[in-house]
Amino acid sequence: MQHYSGFGLLKHSLSHHENWQRVWRNPTPKKKYDVIIIGGGGHGLATAYYLAKEHGITNVAVIEKGHLGGGNACRNTTIVRSNYLWDESAALYEHSMQLWEGLAQELNYNVMFSQRGVYHTCHTLQDMRANERLVAANRLQGIDNEMVDAEQLQKEIPTLDCSKNSRYPILGASVQRRAGNARHDAVAWGYARAADALGVDLIQSCEVVDLEVNDGKVTGVKTKQYGVIKADRVGCAVAGNSGVLAKMAGFELPVESHPLQALVSEPIKPFLDTVVMSNHVHGYMSQSDKGDLVIGAGIDGWVGYGQRGSYGIIEHTIQAIVELFPCTSRVRMNRQWGGIVDACPDASPIISETPVKNLFFNCGWGTGGFKGTPGSGHLFAHTLANGKAHPIAEPFSIKRFHDGALIDEHGAAGVAH
Amino acid sequence: MLHIYCPHCAEYREEEEFHAAGQAHIVRPLDPDACTDKEWGEYLFFRKNPRGLHHELWVHSAGCRKFFNMTRDTQTYEIKEIYKIGEKPSVVDSSVPQEIASGAAS
Amino acid sequence: MTQQNRLVSGGRIDRSETLTFTYNGKKYQGHKGDTLASAMLANGIDVVARSFKYSRPRGIIASGAEEPNAVLQLGATEATQVPNVRATQQELFDGLVSASTNGWPSVDTDVMSLVGKVGGKMMPPGFYYKTFMFPESLWDTYESMIRKAAGIGRAPKEHDPDTYDAINQHCDVMVVGAGPAGLVAALTAARGGARVIIADEQNEFGGSLLDSSEQLDGKPASEWIRSIVEELSTFDDVLLLPRSTVNGYHDHNFLTIHERCSDHLADIAPVNSVRQRMHRVRAKWVVLATGAHERPLVYANNDVPGCMISGAVSAYINRYGVVPGNELVVMTTNDYGYQAAIDWANAGRTVAAIVDTRTESKGDRAETARQLGLNIITGSAVIDVQGSKRVTGVSIAPLDESGTKVTGSITKLKVDTVATSGGWSPVVHLSCHTGSRPVWDDSVVGFLPGPTIQKQLTAGGINGQYETSVALQEGLDAGLQALTNIGLEAVELVLPRVEQLTMTAPMILFHIPHIKPTSQAPKQFVDYQTDVTAAGIEIACREGFEAIEHVKRYTAMGFGTDQGKLGNINGMAVAAKALNKTIPETGTTVFRPNYTPIAFGAITGRHCGGLFEPERYTAMHKWHVEQGALFEDVGQWKRPWYYPKGNETMQDTLNRECLAVRDSVGILDASTLGKIDIQGKDAREFLGRVYTNAWAKLGVGKCRYGLMAGEDGMIFDDGVTACLAENHFLMTTTTGGAAHVLEWLEIYHQTEWPELEVYFTSVTDHWSTMTISGPNSRKLLEKLTDYDVSKENFAFMDWKAATVAGVPARVFRISFTGELSFEINVQANYGMQVWNAVIEAGKEFNITPYGTETMHVLRAEKGFIIVGQDTDGSVHAYDLGMPWAVSMQKPFSFIGKRGMQREDCVRPDRKQLVGLKTIDPNVVLPEGSQGVFDPKAPIPMPLVGHITSSYWSANLNRSIAMGFVKGGLDKMGEKVFYPLADGRVIEAEICSPVFLDPKGERQHV
Repeated sequence: MQHYSGFGLLKHSLSHHENWQRVWRNPTPKKKYDVIIIGGGGHGLATAYYLAKEHGITNVAVIEKGHLGGGNACRNTTIVRSNYLWDESAALYEHSMQLWEGLAQELNYNVMFSQRGVYHTCHTLQDMRANERLVAANRLQGIDNEMVDAEQLQKEIPTLDCSKNSRYPILGASVQRRAGNARHDAVAWGYARAADALGVDLIQSCEVVDLEVNDGKVTGVKTKQYGVIKADRVGCAVAGNSGVLAKMAGFELPVESHPLQALVSEPIKPFLDTVVMSNHVHGYMSQSDKGDLVIGAGIDGWVGYGQRGSYGIIEHTIQAIVELFPCTSRVRMNRQWGGIVDACPDASPIISETPVKNLFFNCGWGTGGFKGTPGSGHLFAHTLANGKAHPIAEPFSIKRFHDGALIDEHGAAGVAH
Repeated sequence: MLHIYCPHCAEYREEEEFHAAGQAHIVRPLDPDACTDKEWGEYLFFRKNPRGLHHELWVHSAGCRKFFNMTRDTQTYEIKEIYKIGEKPSVVDSSVPQEIASGAAS
Repeated sequence: MTQQNRLVSGGRIDRSETLTFTYNGKKYQGHKGDTLASAMLANGIDVVARSFKYSRPRGIIASGAEEPNAVLQLGATEATQVPNVRATQQELFDGLVSASTNGWPSVDTDVMSLVGKVGGKMMPPGFYYKTFMFPESLWDTYESMIRKAAGIGRAPKEHDPDTYDAINQHCDVMVVGAGPAGLVAALTAARGGARVIIADEQNEFGGSLLDSSEQLDGKPASEWIRSIVEELSTFDDVLLLPRSTVNGYHDHNFLTIHERCSDHLADIAPVNSVRQRMHRVRAKWVVLATGAHERPLVYANNDVPGCMISGAVSAYINRYGVVPGNELVVMTTNDYGYQAAIDWANAGRTVAAIVDTRTESKGDRAETARQLGLNIITGSAVIDVQGSKRVTGVSIAPLDESGTKVTGSITKLKVDTVATSGGWSPVVHLSCHTGSRPVWDDSVVGFLPGPTIQKQLTAGGINGQYETSVALQEGLDAGLQALTNIGLEAVELVLPRVEQLTMTAPMILFHIPHIKPTSQAPKQFVDYQTDVTAAGIEIACREGFEAIEHVKRYTAMGFGTDQGKLGNINGMAVAAKALNKTIPETGTTVFRPNYTPIAFGAITGRHCGGLFEPERYTAMHKWHVEQGALFEDVGQWKRPWYYPKGNETMQDTLNRECLAVRDSVGILDASTLGKIDIQGKDAREFLGRVYTNAWAKLGVGKCRYGLMAGEDGMIFDDGVTACLAENHFLMTTTTGGAAHVLEWLEIYHQTEWPELEVYFTSVTDHWSTMTISGPNSRKLLEKLTDYDVSKENFAFMDWKAATVAGVPARVFRISFTGELSFEINVQANYGMQVWNAVIEAGKEFNITPYGTETMHVLRAEKGFIIVGQDTDGSVHAYDLGMPWAVSMQKPFSFIGKRGMQREDCVRPDRKQLVGLKTIDPNVVLPEGSQGVFDPKAPIPMPLVGHITSSYWSANLNRSIAMGFVKGGLDKMGEKVFYPLADGRVIEAEICSPVFLDPKGERQHV
């Protein structure tokens, strides 16, 4: 893999940048792989990378129907944090957080992980209790998280309205200072480039139309462009499309796919140098390095695969943002878009075996998949390499929807993860 | 934004007056106590979640408060039909076995 | 300063009205009818911005929504600052204050441009992914530098003084765009009797006709426009919306229009006016007549101020009477480009040359140019531009027939303005918003709207039809089609005569070659605002970013505030060439709302500040305010939290209120609790199915507490339900859960058990509820009613219809404090009167109003749960230690029964709700504290449960708490440790949650 650095940029500028290597090959698929990963988003690419790097399994293909990182990987609002409530989730997201730290160096690709902090504002006593509970749990779980009062919050975020004048005045907030943002495209591309360098075949514009299942065992995938490609094990990391793949395999999932919308303002000079989320007034915002205010909110309440939702959600979201940051009223909204999020009833993901042998699913991340990318890939690679779950992933089995051991993160997940 | 015909009010109204209540035709098992954990879990949580035709339950929550069914394309968001509780859909995905049509009251 | 570029006559400006504006601190003059951009050009202002990455000076290129450079900060005061206003779309008003946004010390002299010149070479696309990684610790510093450099304008620091509106609209036909096609479509529909809305982003209707010298019926286009608009104005059911941009086209023909009501008048809206208004339109049919944007050509140094698109040059001359330079060179691939030269020459200034990349043109416009004696150079192109803050000259060279190579020697021309035309791109943006992908058309050399399921018609430029005569005909066809589609009769409409110009086919060319390869040539900009060059796109393709979405994301092409209106097609063409593909093979370009940016305030409308959400008050709210109560937000309700007196601390108040209740009598406004009236012969059966406990034997006149669970067995609400009559019950719910409970009851009734005859009505707002609680509450009630409220006649958990303070009431003898309590319910409009009477009568008992906080303490002393505080959706009745509230014997398998028996729900070591007494009685555990059995365990520590409720109990003179503990119900007397953030570890003993009066004697007196 060609090493990237400032010196490299200087060197290549002398040859007019004509000699940069390709970031990844464009291979024709082999007849058979040890592992096929369906879905070339962040989670699928991270899985492939860790399979090759940590488990030495390099006869791997990632099959993507469009282009790499073209789904939720490039449609999210890039928030990374690990302050979840229950021990199981805290372990999962903190595992991911620790992989985020140092990821740019590991991949030699600047994923711009910026630990600028994530605040959850509290507007009611109930909010305060929930956040105090979360902070108390996180501290003993080894995850940084702390409460700040409204006065302190005003000092830390001058543009946030911490006065008593709003409809739901801010009473305080919890803040995870190690949390923050990363550059979403770079994460997908960085994993893709590193996986390719380790020998993984990244097959783009290749759509899986069926799974080849014999005697309750998956033996390959059927693609539109290349016919059947055999595999010993198949992992699905297709987020919103999980239900469609499950249907091919003949089972249902405890998952529904909803539109999740987001929007950006026009780029403006530094306005907010952290991330603010409010469950109660229902909106969250950060500012990208380009200067756009990046804003998101809740999901549309119905199943939708159209990568767009209803205008009412956009309206309510902007109302929430103007309520939190009144000085944005004259700032202008530039663009909106939507993704398809696969949401589980307990707002926790699924990293699991399935009723079909050798077929594994990594899905149900709902609105919070981006932050989970490295951890999800790392743990799913373990599952695919060993045929059984890593201890951290174990509680996230599909089984929990039968025995009732749900990991209800609606409180911590709130407006969005 | 969806434009929805309420079969009880006999009017098209804005989506904001309605509330989606998930997949339609999920019948509560008649004898829950006889269900295994697995069966109960499937009833509670597992869903068809199709890309394409979806039969779903809606309620005119800010209107007449009545529930009704809708067949909607989840890809194009086109509403194919509205039908009352207890009725069966007439627009169905021909690639899907017709077990939904056998659904009981709901 | 004089307006040196202003013509003495012509244009649609009013020279009699002079307006003064400020740009970068300096005053200039323009006229009514100017845009800020036309006024700047009139005054010879060349540099309006510094580019984002390379800090290159930039000038005005276009005249409309596609302008990428002239993006300014507006606002005369701090509160009225508006960032990123496109000068080409901002009408000039007197006193307008504007400023460029980047460049230090000024936009004219920017030291950063040195960095751009020197460092620019090191900034290929995506350079930031390749560097700033070492050392890891410095990323924060790099990032803060990047952030300071990024961004265009700035947000105001003060709150917005303006208001905004939203309005819902319905129509038969929504016409988007009031150019020739749109106007005819609208008039046709209107004459046919349709309800029509026609909206256009410009200040006046007419579209492209406003910019041209074209004649209709032998008269200036303006006269035809006026006659159409006049006729449209006569229809009652036609709404004309100028200054109104249709920004979003959503599913089921829902469109949003952003109307700017006063941005053309002043910084701040006039008194009693709104600044902007959003129209939320539901249209039966939509006619998109959005026109087309001209594409500039991509050539070396094409960003030097003075480089413009040819249509803009014509627009400035014809519409604003401004010639933006003295010596013009035009480069074109088509006949339309000639028009700029013709208009320029007619304005009396010098046309140095028309450079046509084709070998010849026989079209009428070319012929006109020849007749004017203009110098036409064919088979050639402007391959480079000289100058830095203004064009000083161009290099012209012959091209091969395909336009990919320079084939001869360079000729230099001295000019100050370069106008280019690479053809037109239909404005397909709105047609993409609902998921339709545009389709490439070789004959149009552009993308056309793709197939859609929306009820959408298109006419004119959006279909690649740029001749006025065709646009008019298409507008008529669309109008007639719309009439047919909505079931109205066709009408007659005679179209005006328009001169048909002959044309020679355009050349398909986007990117002008240079003598050097693209990678080594001077910068050839594709997307100005994001500084994306042709070389940059080639690098991206070479590196393997081959999908057009990858190219766009890697280079940032199309991610500016203009959303690539000028650059996207050119960028795709450059990528296609680099990848040796056709444009359609490279992909397509999809646009998302908004078409142009919209102020957050406009989308917010009135829903901000106090109107963000409605506030719900009880009938006694005013009294609480007068008593100095502090309020707690519960759902949308404002509930009295506590009533401080004098210099009391909150704890002082709570102590006083708590003691008052247990010693004498207190009063609580409980009106916010949800109340659902349930009637029908199967009401009782229904209750038995939705509550976990039994209801079969509850007699008339009795009340019972019930728990409500989901099918998973987890508790989500609770409350007391009274049997009013055999077939009539009144259910109470939690304050926040009322709406959900009602929908819950309805869904089960309507979808599962429609055979049960039962009806639900929300009566929350119909009743005022006041709880009097304490040993003196009976004495107090006796003063207010003739009814016998003695222990013998009015037992605990009974309710009675009685007259209280002269008002018919329902009185419930139920208790959430563990004291003797009566809940008096009266019709809400009597609430205040009865409350006052109770307060008056209670004076002798020193009646004390108490709020939600005291209520919480008093109920915790009794171990009563609050759903939502002591539950979190993951606990069932057994976890709560409330097996008495579950009846497993009921014949019907009630909701929650099966769920709570799943494998994980019957584990013995589940977290269970218990009482907790701190070993030090003076320490109050913080709510939310997490317990551990072994305080010395390493982190991450195994957590055994958290504190849900914790208070100082003045009555018990010690702290009390409730919380979850793993297997806690079997661990009475054992210890739990709570390590706190401040380092303290609080030790507590597991106990019964009933801290006071365990036998319940106080409420039974």
